[in-house]
Amino acid sequence: MELTLWTYEGPPHVGAMRIASSMKDIHYVLHAPQGDTYADLLFTMIERRGQRPPVTYTTFQARDLGGDTAELVKKNIKEAVERFKPKTLLVGESCTAELIQDQPGALAKGMGFDMPIVNLELPAYSKKENWGASETFYQLTRTLLKEKVSSSEKISPLRWKELGRRPKVNILGPSLLGFRCRDDVIEIQRILSEQGIDTNVVAPLGASPDDIERLIDAEVNICLYQEIAEASCEWLRRNFGMEYTNTIPIGIKNTIEFINEVHNKLDLPLTNKEELENKSKLPWYSKSVDSNYLTGKRVFIFGDGTHAIAAAKIAKEELGFEVVGLGTYSREMARQVRATAKDLNVEALITNNYLEVEDAMKKAAPELVLGTQMERHSAKRLGIPCSVISTPMHVQDVPARYSPQMGWEGANVIFDDWVHPLMMGLEEHLIDMFKHDFEFVDGHQSHLGHTATNKNNILNSDEKKEKNSKEGIIWTESGRAELTKVPFFVRGKVKTNTEKYAILRGIPEISDETLYDAKAYFS
Amino acid sequence: MSKVEFNKETGPREVFCGLTSIVWLHRRMPDAFFLVVGSRTCAHLIQSAAGVMIFAEPRFGTAILEEKDLAGLADAHEELDRVVNDLIARRPEIKTLFLVGSCPSEVIKLDLATVAEKLNKRFFGQVRFVNYSGSGIETTFTQGEDGALKALIPLMESSNEEKLLLVGTLANNVEDRFKKIFTNLGISNIESFPPRQSTELPKIGKNTKVLLTQPYLSDTVRDLKHRGCEIISAPFPLGIEGSTKWFLAAAKAFKISELKVHEIISPLINRAKLALDSHKEILKGKRLFLLPESQLEISLARFLHNECEMDLIEVGTPYLNKDLMKEEINLLPENTKIVEGQHVEKQLDRVRETNPDLVVCGMGLANPLEAEGISTKWSIEMVFSPIHGIDQAADLAGLFSKPLKRNQILTSKSLVTH
Repeated sequence: MELTLWTYEGPPHVGAMRIASSMKDIHYVLHAPQGDTYADLLFTMIERRGQRPPVTYTTFQARDLGGDTAELVKKNIKEAVERFKPKTLLVGESCTAELIQDQPGALAKGMGFDMPIVNLELPAYSKKENWGASETFYQLTRTLLKEKVSSSEKISPLRWKELGRRPKVNILGPSLLGFRCRDDVIEIQRILSEQGIDTNVVAPLGASPDDIERLIDAEVNICLYQEIAEASCEWLRRNFGMEYTNTIPIGIKNTIEFINEVHNKLDLPLTNKEELENKSKLPWYSKSVDSNYLTGKRVFIFGDGTHAIAAAKIAKEELGFEVVGLGTYSREMARQVRATAKDLNVEALITNNYLEVEDAMKKAAPELVLGTQMERHSAKRLGIPCSVISTPMHVQDVPARYSPQMGWEGANVIFDDWVHPLMMGLEEHLIDMFKHDFEFVDGHQSHLGHTATNKNNILNSDEKKEKNSKEGIIWTESGRAELTKVPFFVRGKVKTNTEKYAILRGIPEISDETLYDAKAYFS
Repeated sequence: MSKVEFNKETGPREVFCGLTSIVWLHRRMPDAFFLVVGSRTCAHLIQSAAGVMIFAEPRFGTAILEEKDLAGLADAHEELDRVVNDLIARRPEIKTLFLVGSCPSEVIKLDLATVAEKLNKRFFGQVRFVNYSGSGIETTFTQGEDGALKALIPLMESSNEEKLLLVGTLANNVEDRFKKIFTNLGISNIESFPPRQSTELPKIGKNTKVLLTQPYLSDTVRDLKHRGCEIISAPFPLGIEGSTKWFLAAAKAFKISELKVHEIISPLINRAKLALDSHKEILKGKRLFLLPESQLEISLARFLHNECEMDLIEVGTPYLNKDLMKEEINLLPENTKIVEGQHVEKQLDRVRETNPDLVVCGMGLANPLEAEGISTKWSIEMVFSPIHGIDQAADLAGLFSKPLKRNQILTSKSLVTH
């Protein structure tokens, strides 16, 4: 049993709903009690969808449990098929139905329908949302394509040459309630098309079961979000020999690497290599003098695996930040996140507990947080600027404007979204110059309404509460005065370090000199 | 009873389960914690329905069952014990801990009553434990509050003191208004249930006169009756009419003259009517369809018809206690169609056929209906907003006029191009 106050991911059947709702001509009969219908609002409210998710909930009640819940399942399946006439039917159960073991998938298969039926077994007590989405997409792909496995030859990535047409790829992984998927797809298709590569199918977002059956008309699969599509890409590779890409095109370097990877796989010459550097404004914006102040900005990153890893790379290599924390709630991608963290000399935080993330954030004393909606709230409490880079998301993460994360435009969006919450270069310089003037308000950031009057800054209030440390160390007046001169965003860290140093050295009173001694000691 | 048409429907539903009521209950009693014993679905439901990300550390959580908990119940009890210990160590300010049953905990027959009993012994004098079920296989949305209140009744001491007990969660400001009005009427001993602090439970007995503020408290009412309380029969205090009759019923129970009531509330009524007018202008003659969710539907229909002159197409309710709703049903217009239960697809077919001007529905259905050109009002707002009483009548009407007004603004051409 795990005490959970808030969870990054929903249950696995919500993942299945993401796949079903992303697609056309599919219906999902979910054996579930009435309350589980809350999941509909994720789609209709957060994504502002104008259609209900294509889901029928069997709505069993306590009084049904003594009777025949299997009959109830069959009745609902029959009604759903008659009403919605899906081309493919998904059948599964939520956590409670899993306990009563009606096996709705098997029941559906015994009802004599012509359409393919995908029996989803998603263990609700051990797995979570992204796993459920991945498994659903995989089972769906497998069900719709398994008959073609034996008859078809292995698909060579070079087949397009024999066929005398442009190469074709599939873009796999984008789904509803994924982070900026709608726009990433447009951006990636645009990039591929410029390189002379056609998109065969995008799935699951916007695809129908017919499209899934056409996946094998392409030469290569683009695995755009590993959390959702890797299992399907792997199955297509094993059974049809279709190769798939590993690079996630978020950031300039990864986008260029992605283009290279696709070209290499297809054996398509890359003719516009030099142009690629200038496709996005990010490299120049990052190089321009105003961005000097970005150097070494302390950034704390937490999100799903795909976005957290990409953010770390951009932060370090493209914006010149210092990554002081990196973590993910995606246990499936823990290995990769750990590897990236190791390269950055930080310890990876793999957790589903947002309070642990908040603690780590506090300890790392970052100047910018890149996280999910939850980290945005935590950062707000700590008075630290934040930009959202990953699900779970909020209605504001589905912006009206074109706002991808991937490709050239994605890099532009990222530059703006990450840099704007920070103080701008010249402004920071001026504030630094004038910070001892009486007009200066501590924590002032002129274009940030929410922090300008922030009196709740945890670091500041901590300091007010306990002028002296728990260990009985006394802060002298000179020590306190010096501490207030330290920029507010690292003040907590400086305070902790100085006290640590004082304990280490057995110094009972902290003066301004102790502060400098500690600074030298820890640097 | 007027000639109202009763129908029952079963099938797939689109409603919240009783766990959702934790969202307002925990705000009402800031010294209580609500621990759902359930699955990740339960945790996800509450956070999605409440948008709880704004809280630093909410006073509700879920003990999520894992595979090993399902293997043996003994282990599950032990695990729950551990989770509770951790929680109390972390939140020493908690005075009452509600163990809330869910669909999975009910199906595996986790005995939360026994767990609560044991914990009560261990934490005697520090934390009180009560248990109830908010599961979706037994409860819909507001019925969760019914379960929570019912669970508190055994903890309430007996007293034969005469008092007026307002039962059902109210917004604090509305509660204050009510108390002031009752005091002006001459009722001096007024208490609320649930109270603002979980430890300050009112004492009850044969001289307790219960006045319900919410229509969804069937089980609580039954147990209060068993404790000897007198239940004052009245419509619910929504709108001017409902509130007036509600005050009158209370006054009658305390032998206060009608004249006195009118004397005190007439100025409020006049003021409220004035405020209501602008909303009535928009709502008048508009056709309303209420989908079932909060059990407030019948009272809302009565208000919107009688005071705002809307036409009622269909009034859905997840559950109908005809006895408790008697006074309300009497006030409904002839031939009102009430539908208890739901077959969401068939009901939406009827919505499309009848093409109403406004549909009251859950959040999952609102945008899809809007996309079909049908204006909507989310029912969850009714339980989060202060809507009770004469002073709030215009605000209540405003919840319904706003979507129509917005629609008007967006579809009209009001500025000339110069």
